[in-house]
Amino acid sequence: MNKTKFDSILLPFVGIAACVFIWWCVAGKPVTKQVRDDFGDVVTVTSRVGISADLPGPIETWHKTRDYILKPFEKRGELDQGILAFTWLSLKLVAQGYCIALLVGTPIGFCLGLSKTFSKIFDPIIQILRPVSPLAWLPLGMVLFSSVKISDAAGHVLFGAIDAAALFTIAVCAMWPTVLNTAVGVRAIPQDYLNVAKVLKLSRAKTLCKVLVPATLPYMFTGFRLSLGIAWLVIVAAEMLTGRPGVGGFLWQQYNAQSFAHIILCILTIGVVGFVLDRLMSVVERRFKAV
Amino acid sequence: MAFLELKKVRKGFGAGEKRTQVLSDIDIAIEEGEFVAIVGYSGAGKTTLISLIAGLLRPDSGSVTLKGVEITEPGPDRGVVFQNYSLLPWMTVYENIALAVDQIFPNWSPEKKKQHTEKYIAMVNLSPAREKKPGELSGGMRQRVSVARALAMEPQVLLLDEPLSALDALTRATLQDEIERIWEKEKRTVVLITNDVDEGILLADRIVPLSAGPNATLGPSVRVDIERPRDRKAINHDPRYKEIRREVIGYLLGDGGRKRVKVSKTLVLPNLLPEDLDAPRQWFRGRQPRRRDEIKHEAVEIGS
Repeated sequence: MNKTKFDSILLPFVGIAACVFIWWCVAGKPVTKQVRDDFGDVVTVTSRVGISADLPGPIETWHKTRDYILKPFEKRGELDQGILAFTWLSLKLVAQGYCIALLVGTPIGFCLGLSKTFSKIFDPIIQILRPVSPLAWLPLGMVLFSSVKISDAAGHVLFGAIDAAALFTIAVCAMWPTVLNTAVGVRAIPQDYLNVAKVLKLSRAKTLCKVLVPATLPYMFTGFRLSLGIAWLVIVAAEMLTGRPGVGGFLWQQYNAQSFAHIILCILTIGVVGFVLDRLMSVVERRFKAV
Repeated sequence: MAFLELKKVRKGFGAGEKRTQVLSDIDIAIEEGEFVAIVGYSGAGKTTLISLIAGLLRPDSGSVTLKGVEITEPGPDRGVVFQNYSLLPWMTVYENIALAVDQIFPNWSPEKKKQHTEKYIAMVNLSPAREKKPGELSGGMRQRVSVARALAMEPQVLLLDEPLSALDALTRATLQDEIERIWEKEKRTVVLITNDVDEGILLADRIVPLSAGPNATLGPSVRVDIERPRDRKAINHDPRYKEIRREVIGYLLGDGGRKRVKVSKTLVLPNLLPEDLDAPRQWFRGRQPRRRDEIKHEAVEIGS
């Protein structure tokens, strides 16, 4: 077998195995003892011992979460669904917020890159708003969109203030990498390409779609990829605070229910989905960078 | 009135102290159908000169006119071939040229546009590579695409800004022949900027040397009255060729050569004395460097 292939497949498993082992060491293990109680009866007492006594070990976690994994799409209740059902709900929300972020962020980035005046006006504001945490945006979103309410004929709220606030938070937080990368990309367009546009007297619209956008695409996609990563980060915070059904909402609800195995399941799911999204984006990105 | 005329053109960059006057008193008149080569040092301002004619830059004073009309902005009547090709890398050869054709002749039928584009691709012998992207082409092929794009615009003046200087000697020779062949066929007004005197003599009707910068200006022009088509092997033995060559190089090395610039500046010595290794070290501060202006008292021993 090829050595490099062997390394790239086996070594990650070594890492995973090491982590699982440490987890197993730290986790609490149930210990059953036969104790004679005050009345002289022999009773079985189960107690948990370990560094983190309440943390379930790997095998225990599997036993407690297998229902959610093996029936991934089952819906038992609003906040009691299979793990992929939750992931789907979260992804839907992320997709919407991400689209808003791209639709708003890309034009802002172009304006920043094209106009020195525009960038002087708005750059300080962007630099101040950029580091604000999603947890801080959410309450503002609630206030901003408190009057938003779209209900169906039966009176069920289809899209309420909470949904609007969650979307707002995702969009605002995920927007910045797109904005900044697009701006950098526009500024980095070689003068030659602009000279071509000038000599040919291309109209503004034609310059934009024939020269500026293609020349900026590689930078834009780097921004898009970073934005997607942030959007997925924010979703958990948004769902935790709003209690929407989704991976983050499930996590928070299970924490309140002291069901730690489910929390671990959520964390792993969030990590894996984030990883897959990033891989997908990098494949798309590479296709555009190959040009 | 000349076809393309530059009168008393001056151009400088920067402001205040740092301002450098790149070009001054540029005067030249180019006739219709003439092939003029401007030969000069690198860094003399050749690209600035062609940018002025292209309209990418405006002169500080003086005028640039085409058929008596002042040039104020770039336009398709002046096709430019840039030194670094300036092809759009996300478009194929065909698309790069079609972009120009679409833009210049918006009223043509798609069929006519296609024919026109194909014609110029064929003219630079690139038909087999028409669906390739610039990244897949060699330097010489890219430059040919760039020439085809400029020609497809059917400009009144073709501006070639050191089109061949980035290429190896053999590719250069082939492309020189190709440019000559195309010029023979199309008979357009051409301004070629180059740093190669031989290239100028081989291709042009007239060579104008540009003196070294700053304050570069055009020297006396030399007419190249050698029969066309010129053969690059035979031309070497032509006495007229040698004479022209001597004349142009003579100007470039003599009157138009690099000016010796006298620089005067005050040299300031650093305000620092050598470290005194005998001085005691202080806590945390160590041995501080001694500065001349901090010494309050200096005793100078004078030998008796």
